Amino acid sequence: MLRALFSGDYPRSRVLMVLLVLVFVALLLAPFLFPGTRPLNVAAKICIFIVLVASYDLLLGYAGIVSFAHTMFYGIGGYGIGLALYGLGPSWGAIGVGFVLALALTAVLSALIGLFSLRVRAIFFAMITLAVASAFLILASQLSGFTGGEDGRSFRAPTVLQPGFRLFDGEIFGVAISGRIITYYLVFFAALALFLFLLRVVNSPFGRVLQAIRENDFRAEALGYRTVVYRTLANVLAALVATMAGALMAIWLRYTGPDTMLSFSIMIDILLMVVIGGMGTLYGAVIGVVILVLAQNYLQALMGGVSKALVGVPLLPDLLHPDRWVLWLGVLFVLSVYFFPTGIVGRLRQRR
Amino acid sequence: MAIVQRSDTTGRPAWRLPRLAGDRLPLLLVPALVLLALPLIGAFPAWITLTLAGLAMGMMIFIMASGLTLVFGLMDVLNFGHGAFISIGAFLATLVLLPLAAWMQADNIWMNLAAIALAIVVAMAGTGALGLVFERVIVRPVYGQHLKQILVTMGGLIIAEQMIHVLWGPQQIALPLPTGIRGAIVVGEVALERYRLFAVGVGLVVLIGMLLVLNRTRLGLLIRAGVENSEMVQALGYDIRRLFVLVFVAGSALAGLGGVMWGLYREVLVAGMGMEVMVLVFIVIIIGGLGSVWGCFIGALMVALLANYTGFLMPKVALGSNILLMVLILLWRPQGLYGGAKR
Repeated sequence: MLRALFSGDYPRSRVLMVLLVLVFVALLLAPFLFPGTRPLNVAAKICIFIVLVASYDLLLGYAGIVSFAHTMFYGIGGYGIGLALYGLGPSWGAIGVGFVLALALTAVLSALIGLFSLRVRAIFFAMITLAVASAFLILASQLSGFTGGEDGRSFRAPTVLQPGFRLFDGEIFGVAISGRIITYYLVFFAALALFLFLLRVVNSPFGRVLQAIRENDFRAEALGYRTVVYRTLANVLAALVATMAGALMAIWLRYTGPDTMLSFSIMIDILLMVVIGGMGTLYGAVIGVVILVLAQNYLQALMGGVSKALVGVPLLPDLLHPDRWVLWLGVLFVLSVYFFPTGIVGRLRQRR
Repeated sequence: MAIVQRSDTTGRPAWRLPRLAGDRLPLLLVPALVLLALPLIGAFPAWITLTLAGLAMGMMIFIMASGLTLVFGLMDVLNFGHGAFISIGAFLATLVLLPLAAWMQADNIWMNLAAIALAIVVAMAGTGALGLVFERVIVRPVYGQHLKQILVTMGGLIIAEQMIHVLWGPQQIALPLPTGIRGAIVVGEVALERYRLFAVGVGLVVLIGMLLVLNRTRLGLLIRAGVENSEMVQALGYDIRRLFVLVFVAGSALAGLGGVMWGLYREVLVAGMGMEVMVLVFIVIIIGGLGSVWGCFIGALMVALLANYTGFLMPKVALGSNILLMVLILLWRPQGLYGGAKR
């Protein structure tokens, strides 16, 4: 049972195991352990980003290609749901329509980009995805009649998912089961299923071929695997999962806009999460996301305190200004790539 | 090896031609595009204005992209952090231009130009020096590993952008044009913006200087030979690493120059401005063929001209025009216009 769930790919480190169980339990019981809007938001963001980052890891860590269009697919999912709910009204039908259209668009677009750029040289892929993603971002903010432009679109979710909805009158452990909590569990279980699906993919024969191509594409090709096809399939698969993550985010936020869905800073966040957590180990996505999201929400406060304490010292207060937390993560990022390319998870596995 | 042979065996000024005689076709693309635009736009003055705007923008993109493409051609290193040098160049220029506001406001064009020249020297020296450090610390440990190169140079970009915030503060900085090159020269019905003429001039100086160095000096010969086949150059006893460091530093300095020009063009500086323009730079070097200076020049002019023309004719299409251009060129020549040489 457990073996089938994890596809035979266990954490393989006691510390990592404990950390993962902690994260899982915390997320599973988040509405009861940490009541309040803000902690629930953080928990939902962690769930969704785990899926997004894990799907990026399929590309970067397993297939060995760098894409800068991952936020574009994430955004397609977000906009698909958002615009459908906005245009067709709050119903499950609208969610279905938006979801299917978004997935179709993603499949076509990612296959085209993959076939077009991976055919020539893998390094083209990074540049072309960057160009396409930025064009898409501009498009989404320019077509304001359709997408809401820079402001994005706010919309209402179906009744069951609305904050005012109550599943029943009573409370469980002092918490009323509102539409918000139902939405959270929708997000949580969808994220869990997608993560386990990705685990299944990377441990399938398909995943093994991807790793072979990553290690030595020339040899893989000589063995008879069509590298372009495999890499393109990996790209499509990762893009589809990213689209689903975007759809979940839109349902959770009941809002979709260029800053939350498409901006380049999300792409940077994803890169930081994958590399710091550990490339080529899906569990790294979990660790990377938790660390970064917690840092985003709590490290800043710490830095603010230290920065205030150092007023008067030249440069240091500016270096430790709360808005500069990305600087330190950037440094950590570069150091990770050099010194522990398998990230935190790889480190933990080495020492068992 | 074709270039090497010709420039050495015949007395012809080989720098006029990129490679084989039959490969002059891409050179015709730019005039073809410019002429094609005339009947579409209809009005002659508008056409001149747009063409000048496109040329100016193209020259600035060329300045920024040329270093990147040479670095790639020589050592197969793709520097995603190149955009950081553009931003830093522009911000370094403020160190000169803001204190010298009096020179900038003066009614004397020579004082204006002197201030800009000084700013350019400071920016190029600064970004060049930074390029040296960047090459040592960031790029050197990951030679030959594309994946890590992309990641690490992205990391360098993140750090550099954040450092700009630390040193210059998070708010955007206004960088007004000096009086002498503000406004436009009006000839009949045609308005020619002074700064655009200035940008085209600077771009031409860079292009000619680069072609002279590449084609008329021993150093340039080695660089071109290195782009063609770096192992062979190494086997002949030349230190390709040193050559590469030199090109990297020069490329970074050019990015700094491009940053100053781009910053004056925008007149407002933000830390992310380098990354914004990097998208165009990447499209340009893909179109031109990685490693080719001529291809980069043609690509830059095509991208900028097309962006200006379509921006005027069909603003909605303008967004995708660059991508469309890239797709068309790659369908024609999958390695880019002059990309055949490198692997």
